[in-house]
Amino acid sequence: MQATNCFHCGDPCDRQLITFDKKSFCCAGCKTVYEIFSTNDLSHYYELQAAAGSTPDVIEGKYDFLDNEEIIAKLTEFNDGNIQIINLYIPTIHCSSCIWILENLNKLNKNVTNSQVDFPKKTIRITYKQEGFSLKELVLLLAKIGYEPYISLEDFDGKKKVSDKTLIYKLGVAGFAFGNVMFLSFPEYFDLNSSATSGGEYWLNKYQDLFRWMMFIFSLPVMFYAGWDYFVSAYKGLWAKLLNIDVPIALGILVLFLRSTYDIAFNLGSGFFDSLTGLVFFLLLGKFFQQRTYSFLSFERDYKSYFPIAITRLNLKGKEETVPVQEIEKGDRILIRNEEMIPVDGTLVYGNAQIDYSFVSGESEPVSKNIGEQVFAGGKQLNGVIEMIALKSVSQSYLTQLWGNAIFKTDKVTAFQNLTDSIGKRFTIAVLSIAFIATAFWLFYDPSKAMNVFTAVLIIACPCAIALASPFTLGNMLRIFGKKKFYIKDTQTIERLAKIDTAIFDKTGTITTTQKSTAHYEGMPLTPDEESILKNTIRASNHPLSRSLYDLLKEQNIITLDEYEEHIGKGLESSKDDINMKIGSANFVGKGTSENLLDTSIYISSNNAYRGRYVFQNQYRDGLSSVFQNMSETLNLAILSGDNEGEKERLEALLPKLTPLYFNQKPETKLEFIKSLQDQGKKVLMVGDGLNDAGALAQSNVGIAISENINVFSPACDAILDATKFQQLYSYILASKKAIRIIKMSFILSLLYNCVGLYFAITGQLEPVIAAILMPLSSISIVIFTTLMTNLIGRKLP
Amino acid sequence: MSVIYVLLGISLVVAIIFFVAFIVSVKQGQYDDSYTPSVRMLFDDELVKPKKTSTKEFKQEKIQLNKQV
Repeated sequence: MQATNCFHCGDPCDRQLITFDKKSFCCAGCKTVYEIFSTNDLSHYYELQAAAGSTPDVIEGKYDFLDNEEIIAKLTEFNDGNIQIINLYIPTIHCSSCIWILENLNKLNKNVTNSQVDFPKKTIRITYKQEGFSLKELVLLLAKIGYEPYISLEDFDGKKKVSDKTLIYKLGVAGFAFGNVMFLSFPEYFDLNSSATSGGEYWLNKYQDLFRWMMFIFSLPVMFYAGWDYFVSAYKGLWAKLLNIDVPIALGILVLFLRSTYDIAFNLGSGFFDSLTGLVFFLLLGKFFQQRTYSFLSFERDYKSYFPIAITRLNLKGKEETVPVQEIEKGDRILIRNEEMIPVDGTLVYGNAQIDYSFVSGESEPVSKNIGEQVFAGGKQLNGVIEMIALKSVSQSYLTQLWGNAIFKTDKVTAFQNLTDSIGKRFTIAVLSIAFIATAFWLFYDPSKAMNVFTAVLIIACPCAIALASPFTLGNMLRIFGKKKFYIKDTQTIERLAKIDTAIFDKTGTITTTQKSTAHYEGMPLTPDEESILKNTIRASNHPLSRSLYDLLKEQNIITLDEYEEHIGKGLESSKDDINMKIGSANFVGKGTSENLLDTSIYISSNNAYRGRYVFQNQYRDGLSSVFQNMSETLNLAILSGDNEGEKERLEALLPKLTPLYFNQKPETKLEFIKSLQDQGKKVLMVGDGLNDAGALAQSNVGIAISENINVFSPACDAILDATKFQQLYSYILASKKAIRIIKMSFILSLLYNCVGLYFAITGQLEPVIAAILMPLSSISIVIFTTLMTNLIGRKLP
Repeated sequence: MSVIYVLLGISLVVAIIFFVAFIVSVKQGQYDDSYTPSVRMLFDDELVKPKKTSTKEFKQEKIQLNKQV
């Protein structure tokens, strides 16, 4: 039974074993996919990578909404009535076999004319003929071979993400101009003060003006296109009465350009065009390096990424019709199929509801609801079809109204002054005062040199190296963290993370695992026969609690039960020989009321006599105690849970003494809690996982989402931490503090370069070649310094 | 020495050609996905390979996927 793995998906075949074509499969779905591939000459799929497939999981009627013309029009990229092009997101894409099979879709269906996979983004772009085919059939075809696309409300809104390429263009222009200007400066470098009279190279002097004016022409696009953002930013800063780092940079670029133009126009020298273009090129390179996008992650998800596009509504005549979710109104009767998401709050009117709120709360155990009870948006129905009456519209539901809060419209970036800008103010004042003092001195001593000195100071003091320190340090840290499965949205988040003094944790799904739960048995011991019946009874049940308990119980022989009955919403009943067992809720087994309402338990009775119960407990993440112990040394900690107090005692035993624990917190109260801490001047880190933490994550200074599987959706946040790295959270915070120290060290280093440069500038001996050497030298040494130091930190990180 | 004009002109033209090529390639999205093409180039003609023997045993009609589901 063991050691057999499915030929298609690689999962162990312990529940079910299907042998087909001398190969074993774990389920009928996997077998069907294999059959499809092999009959269509596509079995090469398995040669590229063994066990590459994923189990198909198609639910009847799930994609009926794709027949709706309006929805098709919104989803497709191109649609002329004959040919349609669509971009679909397929989370299961994971290997080269996936690329191969998806790009050979036309072998499975002739109507597909072209399909192209973008592996890092996990998307596929399909062109197909509409005649005799449809989007729905295409999606079903994909789902049938195990590549079910994920279509959410977000796609429907039609906000196509256009990646901004202007920085690359600007970098290209600056690099192009920099290279050519350097090339044109070569004669000047090698033959510095020569002129026809002092016996310099004749032809260089003859064509000197041509070279110089060509440099001027090359610097124009750098000034007015590539470097233009610095002028805009400096102007905006001054307008807001802020001296940001772009002010001295813009001043430096402007003075470089004007002085150089003046120099060549009056034949005073070759100008500083090489320094000018080089400066802009390096600055843009820093900006480019700072960007690190994880194309497979999104940090901006709201409830729309989770919600379906359309839902089945039952109209007055009792007929089913598909409508977009936004059109659901109060009082509509809607139908939720198995595995479908509930889009609005409502009252259950038909069916057995087993609702999984893990998207919302991180709680993995589904909740049973009876007819007449309220169900909330964001839950996923797990047990057949239900019908409900909507009580609110989508945007006003319990969960979704959280996004009406103003915090989701403010940008954390604007509210935060980064380290570089905070030094910018002092720097600008210092540079300007040195420039004026030096000019005043020279006006008195030798007025002919005064203007020369003034411009030279502004040129050489241009804080290129300072402006590069932060992008390269933090950009490199971002990459290092990314390799350690800590994915951070932008470099500024690292700066904010380094300033954290309070850390708030959500409980379920954040400090507990969702993958495994533990259960212990309370009550009279079961006989071996009873244990065997128990295991065999729950084997047949699909209830999530049964599944968990099945995995926890020890191996038993498979026996045939005489009787087996599943009472939905209550429990299981089975008998073998003379033993009759009931497994399920306290009421069902005749125990009367539950002992403790806060626990999740399975009760067991044998021949109508209560035997005992299995109590399920949250499994806390490994090393939770030590993580909290370490963090409590420098940070204030608290737990903010949406759950009841059932786990309070266990938590108190695990966590450092006097860690505040707050239970029964609603999404809004979590947000308010963070806000009140911030009003006290605290810098708050929020660690959460579910949509109910979304408000708190947005409000906090840094919001980190913990994710068991980074391909599955996590709420909008500043960083995503892979759950396996939870123990390293504190060392990551410490590493970001170290990164800030590196930036400060680089500031000192670049100030030293500035002092050397200022010496030349103040004494009036700044030659273009000195600027041309000093400027790249300081920039490159800063880049090398920060890269080496951050790699050193990275190596120490576990 | 007026050949310098020709040389400068040539160097400029070459530089601009490369610059334009760069801009065009960025615009076409050639740098958007830097991974998939590296995999794609490795599988090309496997489909024309002669059929393997294993499928004989359960020879049956092709599964019709484009039928209405």
